[in-house]
Amino acid sequence: MNAIEFAKVTLTYGGRRVLSDVSFSIPQGAFVGLLGANGAGKTTMLRAILGLIKPAGGAISVLGKPPTRGNADIGYMPQARRAPTQTGISGLDFVLIAAGGHRWGWPVASAIEKEAAWKALEAVGASDLARRPLAELSGGERQRILIAQALIGDPKLLLLDEPLISLDAAHQRTIIDLVHEIGERLGISVLFCSHEINPLLRAVDRVLYLGNGKAAIGSVDEVISGPVLSELYGTSINVVRVAGRIFVMADDVELEGEAHVHDV
Amino acid sequence: MSTMFDYEFMRNAFYACTVVGIVAGAVGYFLVLRGQTFAGHALSHVGFPGATGAGLIGLSPFFGLTVFTVIAGIGIGLLGERAHRDVAIGIVLTLSLGLGLLFLHFYTAFASQATNVLFGNVLGISLRTVIVLAILAVAILVALGLIARPLLFASLQPELAEARGVPLNLVSTLFMVLVAFATSEAVQIVGVLLVFALMVAPAATALRLTQGVLAGITVSMVLAVTIAWISLSLAYQTDWPTSFWITALGTSAYLVSGIVQRSMARRPVADGRT
Repeated sequence: MNAIEFAKVTLTYGGRRVLSDVSFSIPQGAFVGLLGANGAGKTTMLRAILGLIKPAGGAISVLGKPPTRGNADIGYMPQARRAPTQTGISGLDFVLIAAGGHRWGWPVASAIEKEAAWKALEAVGASDLARRPLAELSGGERQRILIAQALIGDPKLLLLDEPLISLDAAHQRTIIDLVHEIGERLGISVLFCSHEINPLLRAVDRVLYLGNGKAAIGSVDEVISGPVLSELYGTSINVVRVAGRIFVMADDVELEGEAHVHDV
Repeated sequence: MSTMFDYEFMRNAFYACTVVGIVAGAVGYFLVLRGQTFAGHALSHVGFPGATGAGLIGLSPFFGLTVFTVIAGIGIGLLGERAHRDVAIGIVLTLSLGLGLLFLHFYTAFASQATNVLFGNVLGISLRTVIVLAILAVAILVALGLIARPLLFASLQPELAEARGVPLNLVSTLFMVLVAFATSEAVQIVGVLLVFALMVAPAATALRLTQGVLAGITVSMVLAVTIAWISLSLAYQTDWPTSFWITALGTSAYLVSGIVQRSMARRPVADGRT
């Protein structure tokens, strides 16, 4: 059984066609980097896998079933669109609310929810951060808490939306290694969304690259190549490999530029 | 020696402030947490033509006020993110006050009450009104307790809550209805224009000073009630309006909490973390 299967899927966002007629499959247990420029449809794809939006065409299968909202087999970490609310609410409370927040009633955690929360916090090595207010944690520490949230409910598939954003190179490595290790140890498939390939090179089994409504999947060498990316971007693309790093260039302009700001 | 508690209107005022303070503190906490304080502000303004319109056709202003705020609450809840547009809210707010003015124009006998609706008149509250406020308050708190868990999740992390199966629109609409009821309660004390003072100032102060949700809600309720009580006493001593004192104390509490928060925030830096 595959973790994710897309068969001729078309997705729209705000009336715009984001993906058209895209087919691919991701086997169980794989670590896949989801790449593409801003607006290429990475988040839209994740939302479709979560069952939050319906495809305009084609069929999606998640762990052998059609996508359903609230699927406990999927752990999700949304992109941090805004700064966390300046409250004293602790990391533990955030994980607890993810454990039982879909139920009605007063927010008192049950013993089972507490156990699940501590287990998830331990899995990401954040037990000692748990009692601190989330707003006071550093970017890397906060990402650990948010990954712990995604691990609640023992998911079989992790969808992580830009967990590396606003992290420096060292913290990016820590987060990738952590997710890689968790995925291997617990046999969880990971779809790791990023707009830059280089930090992911150490961990990914394959990459899924989105662009121009199309998708390419395969190993890094297969996908991150001039011909494939030229097709995805609809313009002439050169791929340069220097000292173990990959640079994607269009007309001498580097396309994945932003992330280098953090590099030392 | 006579005290302020010898007067029935003072006793009623204290009862009303206790009831409304508890409700405003609890509902206000979530309102601030969700960043929807201006939606709350707009709700109370929409209540103004409700109150004056009800007066025009011979109904109780409280009834008209509540109906209008609840309808507006459902509207804001259903609009969701789209309601977070300050221009739209500002225009609705202005139109509401304009309509209220028009209704007053047709029914000048109500004009003397208009100030009460706009700025509150806690010293004119009857025991019967206190009982109505108390029953409504219990209903609001029970309902808030029932939706608190998904509401908290949806407030802190809407995208994740949605993915985990929380019906965001339903939760946010139910909450805005509770805000509407809480607003018409608060209007009885501080009036349409000053609802912020009771709903937002204590809650925002509590959010700055506490960790944990339960502690935050408790502090928010205690602060709202305390501010209202002290304001009543000061109004009794000075003969200045209670609503003025509530705004003054609410603002002071918020400012002081900012200073406290800043001095507390300096500590962790000492251990080398930035």
